[in-house]
Amino acid sequence: MIVLEKRPQPSRGWSMSTPVLAVLATMVAGGLLFGLLGKNPFLAIETIFWEPLFGEFASYYRPQLLVKAAPLVLIAIGLSLGFKAGIWNIGAEGQYIIGAICGAGVGLAFYPLEAWYIFPLMVIGGALGGWAWAMIPALLKVRFGTNEILVSLMLVYVAEKLLASMALGLLKNPQGFGFPGSRNLNDYASATSWISQDVGLHWGMAAALIAVIFAYILLNRHMLGFQIRLTGEAPRAARFAGVNPSRLILFCLGASGMLAGLAGLFEVAGPSGQITIDFNANYGFTAIIVAFLGRLHPIGILLAGLLMALTYIGGDIAQGNLGLPAAAVQVFQGMLLFFLLAFDLLTNYRIRLKTREVA
Amino acid sequence: MDLSQINPVLLIASLMVAATPLLLATIGELVVERAGVLNLGVEGMMIVGAISGFAVAVETDSAWLGFLAAAVGGAVLSLLFVLLTQVALANQVASGLALTLFGLGLSSLMGQSYVGIKPPAMARLDIPVLSDLPVIGPILFRHDPLLYIAILIIAGVWAVLTFTRAGLILRAVGENHDAAHALGYKVVRIRIMAILFGGACAGLGGAYISLIRVPQWTEGMTAGVGWIALALVVFASWKPWRVLLGAYLFGGITVLQLNLQAAGVAIPVEYLAMSPYVVTIVVLVILSADKSRAPASLGRPFHATS
Repeated sequence: MIVLEKRPQPSRGWSMSTPVLAVLATMVAGGLLFGLLGKNPFLAIETIFWEPLFGEFASYYRPQLLVKAAPLVLIAIGLSLGFKAGIWNIGAEGQYIIGAICGAGVGLAFYPLEAWYIFPLMVIGGALGGWAWAMIPALLKVRFGTNEILVSLMLVYVAEKLLASMALGLLKNPQGFGFPGSRNLNDYASATSWISQDVGLHWGMAAALIAVIFAYILLNRHMLGFQIRLTGEAPRAARFAGVNPSRLILFCLGASGMLAGLAGLFEVAGPSGQITIDFNANYGFTAIIVAFLGRLHPIGILLAGLLMALTYIGGDIAQGNLGLPAAAVQVFQGMLLFFLLAFDLLTNYRIRLKTREVA
Repeated sequence: MDLSQINPVLLIASLMVAATPLLLATIGELVVERAGVLNLGVEGMMIVGAISGFAVAVETDSAWLGFLAAAVGGAVLSLLFVLLTQVALANQVASGLALTLFGLGLSSLMGQSYVGIKPPAMARLDIPVLSDLPVIGPILFRHDPLLYIAILIIAGVWAVLTFTRAGLILRAVGENHDAAHALGYKVVRIRIMAILFGGACAGLGGAYISLIRVPQWTEGMTAGVGWIALALVVFASWKPWRVLLGAYLFGGITVLQLNLQAAGVAIPVEYLAMSPYVVTIVVLVILSADKSRAPASLGRPFHATS
């Protein structure tokens, strides 16, 4: 009989190797899925994982990788802080939208003035927007004990409606011939987040890297990071140690909201360019997968973000070359999280074969 | 603006239709939570139910078979949640999210060839005399059969939880799984059955949207109903009959804002469309003061050590 035996401490080795195992298992299961859809599974997997990096047009796809990974990493870093402490911000998608609206709003307010300070102000606007949106569930949780999962998620839908209202109303391009959507910020030199569009670099990538480094220092070298980890691993011990749970909730939700807002701003001022009705691209939800795949560890998240970006770009190529449906990639990403959570069993438990003893 | 366009009788009748998906998903999740499991994958199970029900109904030209397939589809997806949380002992919050993300992708993959098709209609109840009564007729006796079945499910869940031994065991597992285990009840087995029931109910709720309420298939058409269902369980303080009250309240808000949109109220459409979500948050805040009603083992993993 197979018996699960809880490990006294999570295994470090398994903790590092489960993401790799999960990716391999997803490739196998994904290959089966693609096979069921009538595509050549080996070709599909190769297209997704190999083509963007080393294929014929890799020089075009490689910078795209960073463009996709930047918002994912930025959001996932924020989420991971809360997830570590058992504070579940599921509404990053909403904070991302509000960050984009606020940031773009600041930029458009200055149009057509050209000045060096416009972009920094937009960054502040985006960060504050995302922060404020995340403060709603945070304050409700601290003050009334309301479940932050449900509130932050409901606010995603509210933010989506707000986005539609902004794209059709307040932020609509007055010279857009009545089409919904704002002015394109890429045509507005002071408000674009591109460092160099030819190389494919924008400030969001720099911000993502800075966030990774900051999160690493915070978690490993700072008292607050220690408190976050302690609360997640041993809530009772954390209470005895005098950790203030309210402060932690406000910090974790605030930080993740701010980072999601920043991701939204860099996206709207760069790769996307304008506020449109369907501006949001589910980065806020995919980032949840990224955070778990990266084991809630800053460096892990950086790698996981790049891998997830790879599936996006590879999925796009497979869509064009093989006619693989876009939704297949979404299923693929969902599978990844499944396998990861399932394999995590090996991190926390030992599997033992036990011969049945005579009672 | 012309509020006189809104007919109160039709409003109540359509409110009941709007509330039914919510009703089905919520009662399922209520049973799951009473067994001590928090399944955040309701939205995913609903949307998979919506498309599996729709596909089967279109292929077989029978709405009944569609609903059956929807229940099976929802339950099959919840089986993944069972594997993760009951077998692999994974975190329930993360597993539920995974279920929703996966379900949303899976449903749009399954539904690709079903966009823009009309499903077979389900015959409505038509009782001579009763259905023709003014006011009462359209409200009580002129709906599709599933609306009544949903109410029967609530009555059934209430009766089972309150009066039967099975209900008592289910509640015991949810309140204190260690004690239930010590008494010799199969905690994991009971929870698996509860989760499967929740999945089937969510699937039915999803198919109600795609087969009766809308009726057609569009991607992501559940639009957060599954999440509102999770909030409604809290609203109902884990009591079956209050689910009915809560679902009709939310159905009422949804229908009323749609009617106000149609009547051309001076509030922009987007802000009206926000209202169900905002109201959910407000309700959650009001009710979060009292947590004493939540099952004590809710969300805690159970691992029997021998």
